[in-house]
Amino acid sequence: MFGLNKKDSALLLAVAVLTMLAPFILNPFPTDSGLAQFNAGYPDLMQRFVIFGIFAIGFNILFGLTGYLSFGHAAFLGVGSYSAVWMFKLLSMNIIPAIILSVIIAGLFALVIGYVSLRRSGIYFSILTLAFAQMSFALAYSVLTPITNGETGLQLSLDDPRILDGASTTGSLPVTSLFGLEMREAVDMAVGPWSFTFSVGYYVCAVFMILAFYLAIRIFRSPFGMMLRAIKSNQQRVSYTGLNPRPYTLAAFVISGMYAGLAGGLLASMDPLAGAERMQWTASGEVVLMTILGGVGTLIGPVLGAGLIKYFENIFSKINDNVLHGWFSFLPDGIEDFIVTIIHPFVGKGWHLTLGIIFMLVVTFLPGGLVEGGQRIARMFRGKKKTGGADAAKTEAAE
Amino acid sequence: MGILEVKGVNKRFGGLQALGNVNLSVKENSVHAIIGPNGAGKSTLLNCLVGKLIPDTGSVMFDGQSVLGRKPHEINQMGISRVFQTPEIFGDLTVMENMMIPIFAKRDGAFRMHAIENMMAEKDVVEAAEHMLEEMNMADKRGMHSASMSRGDKRRLEIGMCLAQEPKLLLLDEPTAGMARADTNNTIDLLKQISDERDITIAIIEHDMHVVFSLANRITVLAQGTPLVEDDPENIKGNPKVREAYLGETA
Repeated sequence: MFGLNKKDSALLLAVAVLTMLAPFILNPFPTDSGLAQFNAGYPDLMQRFVIFGIFAIGFNILFGLTGYLSFGHAAFLGVGSYSAVWMFKLLSMNIIPAIILSVIIAGLFALVIGYVSLRRSGIYFSILTLAFAQMSFALAYSVLTPITNGETGLQLSLDDPRILDGASTTGSLPVTSLFGLEMREAVDMAVGPWSFTFSVGYYVCAVFMILAFYLAIRIFRSPFGMMLRAIKSNQQRVSYTGLNPRPYTLAAFVISGMYAGLAGGLLASMDPLAGAERMQWTASGEVVLMTILGGVGTLIGPVLGAGLIKYFENIFSKINDNVLHGWFSFLPDGIEDFIVTIIHPFVGKGWHLTLGIIFMLVVTFLPGGLVEGGQRIARMFRGKKKTGGADAAKTEAAE
Repeated sequence: MGILEVKGVNKRFGGLQALGNVNLSVKENSVHAIIGPNGAGKSTLLNCLVGKLIPDTGSVMFDGQSVLGRKPHEINQMGISRVFQTPEIFGDLTVMENMMIPIFAKRDGAFRMHAIENMMAEKDVVEAAEHMLEEMNMADKRGMHSASMSRGDKRRLEIGMCLAQEPKLLLLDEPTAGMARADTNNTIDLLKQISDERDITIAIIEHDMHVVFSLANRITVLAQGTPLVEDDPENIKGNPKVREAYLGETA
């Protein structure tokens, strides 16, 4: 299917089905139940899942294939967001030109930063990318205020030209759309006690992610992808085989920068504002965590990692003391207070602590990330059914 | 005129004269061994030939063109393939993928952006790689992770990868160092077969005299960065200067 082998087609199909059905899958709890706060099926969060999925897929093309660890990828995300908002201000509220511009501008940025950074490898490369990203952040935050609107962030305003759309007549800010279809539009569907929301914005992002995922599979399976893996494996042999590693790594860097630009453009398309904090080093570090957590060099890993981290950030962080007291109210007062005190540092504002523990456990016991965890579980089940199945599963590569 | 002409090459590392006025001529289709005691400058010389080091003075001509100032991948594209002392292969890749990469490099040059095509759909490359694996007797290992193979198999694969590029000159840097006797003999047989069957020049740096005298038809003895003699194997064996400088200690 689409030039993919059976296994990859199945994977693509599974991802497509899961993203299309996400509003159901992520809302497993009835709206009134106590567990409803664990529902992640609201548009804003689902959009984040797929957008950061795109970001991580692109990052993995660089890090997973070539082994070059960039610590400045958030810069391309930020550049993409700024480009998109400028397109909304100047040209039209249609998201297509905005996204095209974000991808192009992020690609150009990646070309320049990559050209300089890729002169070094290993830790020096990481530090160079980090330095570039922090410089971009500092520029966006202060020096380039006319372009980025500094610490306030770039926003739409009523007197923007918007050449294609014409002047606003309603007196309210226009909204982003895809040829008239508004991104914020959503349909609610109530099934018994459940309620599901289908938003235009989410489905637009989901389609982009499926396309991005498909392209990533093609790159992984191409001669180009094989050369990148060869560079990760043994750069010396690559040179002595008559291949120039530099343009290969630069191409990978630019492609992953363009993925980041696409993610940034989509973020701005869902909510048309761009701030410098998107480029900060913590944002660059987050995508590294996502990729490692999910599984470096695997196809599906980065998407899983992105989902997990965004879920923690948005859902786990909402469990405060009141909620905890609610859960444990059946216990005698003293014990209830004691348990809440114990759990308190790990939830709510302390969600980073839990994430850190999970990260440590994954890196220590599952170096291949969540994907390796999944494979081990699958192998256990297969091993029970028929002996000897374990060896067969072992040879199936993680990708 | 040989296919490889080294003239007046000097290389100095700080106070150490690693190479002093080295002249070397490797004839086409010969098996030329470069021997010498430790620290004689054999590896430095080799690194000057493949672009890893640039000599301070002198010239290195390959096939009528200078290699000086060119990058390793450019020199490789000119037709020089190098086999390393410890096998340098792509350990994370399968044996088949290892074999496909040099064939892609031969076909497409130093860089080509073929990011959308499926690599297994490139029939000519796949066929050439399979053919080469059969020739190396490794067809049954094609799906294996190359890092998990024995050292002898890795060496075999590396030589196969170099041959797949159809180089004019094959450089080998102590190809049997650290190998068991059986593996060493296998490698000797393989190299003999290669030089008999192919239109190829082989230059080999070696410590093991058994390997040198089984393979070479021309020998250069290097001592303290300078060539002592260059002659046929029979004459080298009896040469008193060589005995004194090198063989005297071991043989």
